[in-house]
Parts: sequence; structure tokens; C-alpha cells
Amino acid sequence: MLLKELSEAVGVSGGEGAVRQLVLDAIKANIDEHRVDALGNLITLKKGRGGQKRKVMVAAHMDEIGLMIVRIEKEGSLRFRPVGGIDDRVLLAKKVLIGDKKVPGVIGSKPVHLLDPRQRQQVVKVEDMSIDIGASSQEEAGKLVKVGDYASFDVPYRDLGGELRAVTGKAFDDRAGCAVLIELLKGSYPFDLYAVFTTQEEVGLRGARVAAYSVAPDAAFVLEGTICDDMPKQKDVSPTTVVGQGPAITLMDRSVISDQRLVDLLVRTAEANKIPYQFKQPGIGATDAGAIHLSREGVPSVVVAVPSRYIHSPVCLLSLNDLENTVQLMQRSLAGLDKVDLSR
Amino acid sequence: MQIKEFLKQITEASGVSGYEAPVRELVRAEFAAYADEVRTDTMGSLIALKKGNRPTGTPRRSIMLAGHMDEIGLVVTKLEKGYLRFSTVGGFDLRVLLGQEVVVHGRRDLPGIIGTRPPHVLSPEEREQVVPLDRLFIDVGLTEAELGANVRVGDIVTLRREFTELAGGLVAGKAFDDRAAVACIDLCLQYLAGLKHTWDVYAVATVQEEVGVKGALTSTFGINPDAGVALDVGHGNMLGVPEVDTVNVGGGPAIGFGPNIHPVLYEQLTAAAAKYEIAQQMDPIPGPSGTDAWAMQVVREGIPTALISIPLRYMHTTVETLSLKDLERIGRLLALFIAGLTEESARELGLPPAARDK
Repeated sequence: MLLKELSEAVGVSGGEGAVRQLVLDAIKANIDEHRVDALGNLITLKKGRGGQKRKVMVAAHMDEIGLMIVRIEKEGSLRFRPVGGIDDRVLLAKKVLIGDKKVPGVIGSKPVHLLDPRQRQQVVKVEDMSIDIGASSQEEAGKLVKVGDYASFDVPYRDLGGELRAVTGKAFDDRAGCAVLIELLKGSYPFDLYAVFTTQEEVGLRGARVAAYSVAPDAAFVLEGTICDDMPKQKDVSPTTVVGQGPAITLMDRSVISDQRLVDLLVRTAEANKIPYQFKQPGIGATDAGAIHLSREGVPSVVVAVPSRYIHSPVCLLSLNDLENTVQLMQRSLAGLDKVDLSR
Repeated sequence: MQIKEFLKQITEASGVSGYEAPVRELVRAEFAAYADEVRTDTMGSLIALKKGNRPTGTPRRSIMLAGHMDEIGLVVTKLEKGYLRFSTVGGFDLRVLLGQEVVVHGRRDLPGIIGTRPPHVLSPEEREQVVPLDRLFIDVGLTEAELGANVRVGDIVTLRREFTELAGGLVAGKAFDDRAAVACIDLCLQYLAGLKHTWDVYAVATVQEEVGVKGALTSTFGINPDAGVALDVGHGNMLGVPEVDTVNVGGGPAIGFGPNIHPVLYEQLTAAAAKYEIAQQMDPIPGPSGTDAWAMQVVREGIPTALISIPLRYMHTTVETLSLKDLERIGRLLALFIAGLTEESARELGLPPAARDK
């Protein structure tokens, strides 16, 4: 599959040339005819081998959402606007490549330190963003980029492995469709197959419109890399710890990052002795370890706790099992402490 | 090592506060080439000593240089339906996290992304809202069962960004705050190899700065230097930020002045910069500097402390941007300043008499 190359190629709506060339090189041996129309669509024909008169169009769009440079400021930074539908919220602090020369730049972001609490909750509008390419003047920037240049995100393709064989990269909408279509062309079909790699989908389905007109297919299939919104939605309702599930080991809270060697000792001991244990949800609470671990030159420290409901209220609840298990875990861990090297 | 190479190497490495080991080993290997001794202290700060060259009977003086090697990061708080919930380690701007690549340091390193719901499904109101932490997820593309076998609560997550060279000698990447300072210290050690200096130099890459300037506190206690210079980053000039809040990228070291800074040490540093014609900028800091200098100053009976800031844009994002020329100037200034330190300098700083080498 050509997905990596397709994903890493740049082809913002209206500037699909590089992707088109890549696709054409990949399919040339598997098609009978091809042409590029007035909008830049790559229209290819693979003739049928079964005598069916039917024309089937299979389309995938080559273009991707991106940015366009609309102004070069006096101090050398670049103003831009989105090409296609982009959520303003994904733009800050991203790396981009600009123009045919792929000049690298970054979308700057006012540091969090200089934001008031209200601003931290405010989405920055694209009109207020700029790209920094390192140029310190309009003239210097002008030597590298020009108004009208397209810019795309710079994100490499990565293989995540695992059962799902997941991969990550940019522009899977719709290079995934392009990759599928390229694969399809390796087969043979009883009908005339018009494989069409379209342009300008992201700015209003413009390429497909004229391509369909000229192909005049009997049937069409559109291949997409489309929306998936299957992330969990509810708010985090982590219980921090759970009563009855054993001593809670703190990895990190607001006051201390526990010493990893001591955490390891506790975990090893618990597992070897079949003592139940749990990790406290990181980032919550503070304990004396916050002060102790910073004493003098520092002290390796860790926190083990009995989960207890309703603390800081008049009446609390805990499990005696947890209490006893905490005792067990501590006793046995302390017995094994001598085997832990605490030097650096 | 060339400073650009070293900066690339250490900033692409992982070293979230409290979990600095990967970057520490890179710094150790580099500092060891120029130092007489290298050790790691109890908290994990890396301490390299380059001994001064002084005649027998000369008072033994030392100066500590500190730059923190930890970076802000994330930590897994929960596994949920094949996704990871997370919390932050250090001060984060939630506005920059959407669509960001990460590495989850599970049983093995897992590449992942901070997912964002597609704009297609969002209401106009939702698009106007910064996504709160409790609605952000990391996706590593594994099934629920695989995720459970590879990731546990407490695993550390590093934000991912390759080092990038921009125009005009500028570079962009992650964790320049504060590994660019570690690179400056390295450069200082390289320069010192060709200079004579009588004061001992402790080059320290500190830990846990981003969670409360912790490594500097304990490493300074252990070293007990006569004077200390902390190196950190300062907000660089950028569109949309008033000039009064920034220093100029490419304008040279920003030398701090205020309650956190010993006024005589400040004078000595700025005088050295003037003498050697190194561009410098005055950086007025009216209160807590939020740097290792803040901790260093109040160790034991108090340590004369100075602060040099590297002008840097877009702090605490993965596209922090700075000028390599500024790093070179800071490394050179530190080395020339140290080479010029004498017993007279100690007297000016009001230091008590020091033990003498036998």
C-alpha cells in the first residue's frame, strides 16, 4: 500500500499536483487511458474485459485541508487562512510546511504564562494566529515564501502496530480513499472502470462535479477516509482509589513524584505475596512526602495509603481488609528494602 | 559535540519531571567529555565538576551553573474503552494539545495522538470552547485488551516533535525549556577547556523544575557553591504580546535583575558581557523568577545568585523557538565570566573566607 507516501505528500485543495503525480506513477501500468481536466482531476480508464457496456466511476479525492498564506507582516511572520474546514482549536503550536519549497514554519502561541484565566478558556481565532518561519523582516520572509502559498501540516506517517494495525498520519481524508482506489486498479473488471482522483473536495466538492459530468458514469462509488467519533464522552469519573482493592500506592501527586525504586519494591512485594494493591490516580492530593523528599539533598520517598471515603468530613469509611493488607505490604516491603539500591 | 547536534539529541529525548533518566544519560555522556567528575545526586540531578586550576594555597572557590533537564509532560490516569485519560505534569496550555502526537512510555514506547472530535460533529458552541482536560483522550490504536497489557495508570507520556531548523538561524522544537540551557552549559564547558580558571565549576542539569524548582534546591545544598548562575528561558518577542513582557530573540543573553538576583553578581556578569562585546539585554524581574534561581538563592545560609534567560517564543508548546546565536553567546559569556573570577570577585560578593587547597 502506498498510504505512507500519499499521506506525507502535500496537496491542499487547488494545489494537488504533487499528489496527482504520485498517484499517476503508481497506477500507470494498470490503466489504459488517462487525462487531467481543467480542474486538475486525474480521470483514468481501465477498460473492461467482460464486454459489459456499463461505465463505473470510482472516485477518491486527492486534496486535503490546509492553509494559505494571505499576508507577510513587517516583522516577517505570516498571516494565514484555512483552506477547507479546520477547527481553529487544532492549529496552535503545530508545525507546517509552506509552498513548493516546503519551507518549515510553526504556528506560534502566546505562552500560557502570559494568559489571564479568562484567556486560557478562550479559543484563539485563526485571524489572530501567525506562522513563524524564523524570518525577522518582510523582505527576508519574502525570499522564502509568497502570499498565496499553500501550507500543510508536517506530520510523519507512523505505524502503531498491535491487533488493530493502527497507523497515524495526516490527510487520511482522503488519501486513504486514494490508496484503496490504487489497489483496486490492480484487479480486472468486466466493465469500464473510470478511476477518478478528484480535486477540491474540501472546498465544495468541485472536482468531482465536473469529472462526473465528463465521465457520465452508470454508477459511482466514492472512497473516503471519514469521520469517526468513537471516543468516550463522559467526564472523568475516576474514583481516585477504591475501597476494598488494597493499599493505594502514590506514583505522583501535587506534592511529590514518588521514587520509582520504592514503587517497584512495593509492587514486587505485593505481587510476590499476593497482596492486593492499587495505584492512586496521579495528580491529586498532597502529603508529607512533599516536604520530606526535598529535605537537604533529597530523600527517596513514596506514599502508600488506605483508601478512605469522605475524608475531610466528620465521618469516614474504610475497609479493614485494606488496612490489614497495607500493614502486610509495608511489613514485607520493608523486609526487602535492603535489596533495593538507592544510590545513583 | 556541536551545540546544534547536542540540542537536537537532548530535546528529542524524553525526560518528563521525575522521569529524567533518558535525557540524563545523554547529558552525562556529553558532560563527561569535559569534566573531571560526574555524579547524580539523590533527587536525580546530574552534577559535573570541572576543577579550577589554581596554585597551592589559593582559596577554594566554586560556581554552580544550573539548567533544568526536565520537561513538562503528561501522565496516564485511567484506561477507558481502549483510550487513555491523562493528567498534566507541569504547567500546560490545554489549547495546544488537540491533534498533538505523543509517546506513551508503557511496557514499550507507544506512539499515540491526542484525539480531537471532528469539527463535523461539533455544535457551534462546542467549537468556541477550549476542550477541558476531562474530555481529552490519548489514542494509541490498540484494542482494550492490548492496552491493558501494555499501559498502566501512572505511565508517563511525552509530547512528540522533531527538531526543526527555521530561517535566520532559528530552531524550533519541544523541551527547549530548559534543555537549551543545558546546551549552553555544555558550550561553556567546551570553551573552558581552552581557558584558565581558578574557581571550580559545577555544571548541573537539574530535575523537577517544572513541578516546583525541586532539583535545584537539593543539588545546590549538596554542592554548596560560592555563587550560582541559573539558566532558563524568557519570553521572546512575538506577535500579540506587548514588548514590555518580552526580550528579543537573537538579541543576546537576557540578564535578570531583581530580588532574586544578587546585585553584585549581576554587575559582574554584565561587565563581562560588555568587556567581551557580547550583546546582552536587561531583564527586569520584579518578583519570583519561577526558575531554578528562585530555589538556589535560599539554600543553606543563602547563595549569591544570578539568572540568564534565553529568549524563546511559544514557551511550553512543542514549537518553542529560539536563536542558536543566543545560545552561543551565553556559552561564551559564561566561560569568559568564569575565567575572570578571582578572590577579589569573592570579596566583592561579600563571601566569607574559603578553605585553601593544601
